Amino acid sequence: MIKIMYPKGKLVTKTGNEIMAEAMRQIEPDVVAAYPITPATEIMQIFSQFVSDGTVKTEYVAVESEHSAMSATIAASAAGARAMTGTSSQGLCLMWEMLYIASGLRLPVVMAEVNRALSAPINIHSDHSDTMGARDSGWIQIYSENSQEAYDNMIQAIRIAELAKLPTLVTTDGFIISHCMEVVEVYPDDDVKEFIGDYKPDRYLLDIKRPYTLGSITLQDYYFEHRYQLAKAMIDAKCIILDVAKSFKKKFGRKYDFYETYMLDDAEIAIIIMGSTSGTVKVVVDELREKGIKAGLLKIRIYRPFPVDQIAKDLAHLKVIAVMDRADSCSGSFAPLYLDIISSFYVSEILNVKIVNYIYGLGGREISTAHIFDIYKTLDKIALGLEKPFKQVEYVNLRKTNE
Amino acid sequence: MSKKKTKYYNTKSGASELAVGGIVESGTAIDFVTGGWRSERPIWEKEKCIHCLVCWISCPDSSIKIEQNKIKKTVVIGINYNHCKGCGICKSECPKGAITMVNERK
Amino acid sequence: MKKLIEICWHGRGGQGAKTAAFLFADVVLSIGKYVQAFPEYGPERMGAPVQSFNRLSDYPITLHTSILNPDYIVVLDSSLIKSIVLKGVQKLVKIIVNTSFGIFETAKELNVDPKQVYVVDASRIALDMIGKNIPNMPMLGALVKVIKILDINNVLDSAKEKLVKKFRHKSEVIEGNLASIRCAFNEVKNF
Repeated sequence: MIKIMYPKGKLVTKTGNEIMAEAMRQIEPDVVAAYPITPATEIMQIFSQFVSDGTVKTEYVAVESEHSAMSATIAASAAGARAMTGTSSQGLCLMWEMLYIASGLRLPVVMAEVNRALSAPINIHSDHSDTMGARDSGWIQIYSENSQEAYDNMIQAIRIAELAKLPTLVTTDGFIISHCMEVVEVYPDDDVKEFIGDYKPDRYLLDIKRPYTLGSITLQDYYFEHRYQLAKAMIDAKCIILDVAKSFKKKFGRKYDFYETYMLDDAEIAIIIMGSTSGTVKVVVDELREKGIKAGLLKIRIYRPFPVDQIAKDLAHLKVIAVMDRADSCSGSFAPLYLDIISSFYVSEILNVKIVNYIYGLGGREISTAHIFDIYKTLDKIALGLEKPFKQVEYVNLRKTNE
Repeated sequence: MSKKKTKYYNTKSGASELAVGGIVESGTAIDFVTGGWRSERPIWEKEKCIHCLVCWISCPDSSIKIEQNKIKKTVVIGINYNHCKGCGICKSECPKGAITMVNERK
Repeated sequence: MKKLIEICWHGRGGQGAKTAAFLFADVVLSIGKYVQAFPEYGPERMGAPVQSFNRLSDYPITLHTSILNPDYIVVLDSSLIKSIVLKGVQKLVKIIVNTSFGIFETAKELNVDPKQVYVVDASRIALDMIGKNIPNMPMLGALVKVIKILDINNVLDSAKEKLVKKFRHKSEVIEGNLASIRCAFNEVKNF
């Protein structure tokens, strides 16, 4: 039988989108504004059904674009409402300028995001290019491996955002999770509501007793200080994220951290990865362990803020690491996650671990256990000195020439 | 309106003191003296004024001073030169020619 | 039960391959097993070949890849047989086909051992009991019979719960679907 972690929990089969909508129903935000986009459409479709059925008291705003969705969500949040939205890919791109405004105004907007590739050429399948584009926008980014994590992360995101006064997005991999039905343990509505609590903003525009101006101009004299405040808030959010994870564990029994380690303590070679593929890597790690190969995995959950001062210390004992990015930065350099990992190693003064960079799965390209086996095999060869670590990005399952 | 105490930032205020999200408290315009922008000064002549309050409603800087007199009638009592920018709208709007503009340098 | 069972549904857009896989997932959870159900995504058009998939296990399923070597293949439309390429079927994949033909003819067409093939005329059952050629529910019944680990009454209960939500005001549709599941469960035959 399947073990439940929370005595009052209930097992259901739901897709990633269904469970994100379910989390939103339980959170019951005051305002939701959204515009549909594949593969995130279902989240808002299901949630708008809750609204029209009267299951939730949320004010649902059907807007004409994602730019307007983000604008309306920001406005609602500034007015003092708990406000949420959801999007994917090109939709997130269209929100672009408003993303920075949400974080600059320090509004705790929460977004359900589904990772999808960016045009052109047009593609609806999963990769992390969309949220990687928003990585410097001052949003907390939480990646989910499966539907259960998507659900738990959504619930935690509300508290994280409101405590850190930072907008937060929770992602799942498009189709792979968003349209995959899995077994999820859901918690009773009241318990979720109790966990997230009521939203009591310090300051809000509809507070007529204490009026203020929001969105004023600051020039050379103040802008820099305000941007530093945002950067500082991101650093301070690290403690908040851990605190919320701790109280989540206490309440619902599931443990969360910046990242999850799998068979890493005595590992010699490891993969660092985000999102749904980490589940596939776990299967490969298990099989390699049966063969006596000391393979491990580190799965990033919180990508922004990045746990730069901690992550390298947990990886210092390894011989070779592969950082697997599901986005290309087209920079002539390396992919985003690799650069973050490298800086963590450098500031921690750990310079004896060999680290290589792979890019995989763009536009939903299949990444199977066989591909991951091959990567571990290469890492093993590098560890044994049979191969030299490559000094540029390697692409997994890509045709460079006619096969 | 009672004068309330507002927190001010100066160019030495650091990031840790500035309000979160760059919000600015309300009612700060009263302390922002714009009278120095003026090149022409409006002169109000009490004798000609019929207290129709057209100048008061037209003034973009709320610089026409008013009060309630003994018989509870609202009357003009003068001009707030700390905030008047000298735009001359009051002069143009006044139906009785009770306001004239004179050069600041005179 | 082996560690992981993988199922692949082949159908045409509109035949309910996705619905069947998702309903199957619900049923599997009701007996306390971990399960996944996911469709193959592409442009969705009525009549175009589509696939959907199931994984079930006694252990948490973390695999997030497509299924290349299923243990069971369910074919909702016999005209798709030619397009099913059995690659790497070292393991004895069991194939359940909706067809009015017999086991030997179907096995020959599939180029497999007749022992691997199960046949049921799900389209006829669907026409008789639901009034439409939507063979997904009868094929679900056939799969339940072949896969053995599920109790048909559990399946019918779960299916009813799901169908009631979808066809609240059409009790005849619900009854027809349930009857078709039971009928195909009884009628599916093999070597």
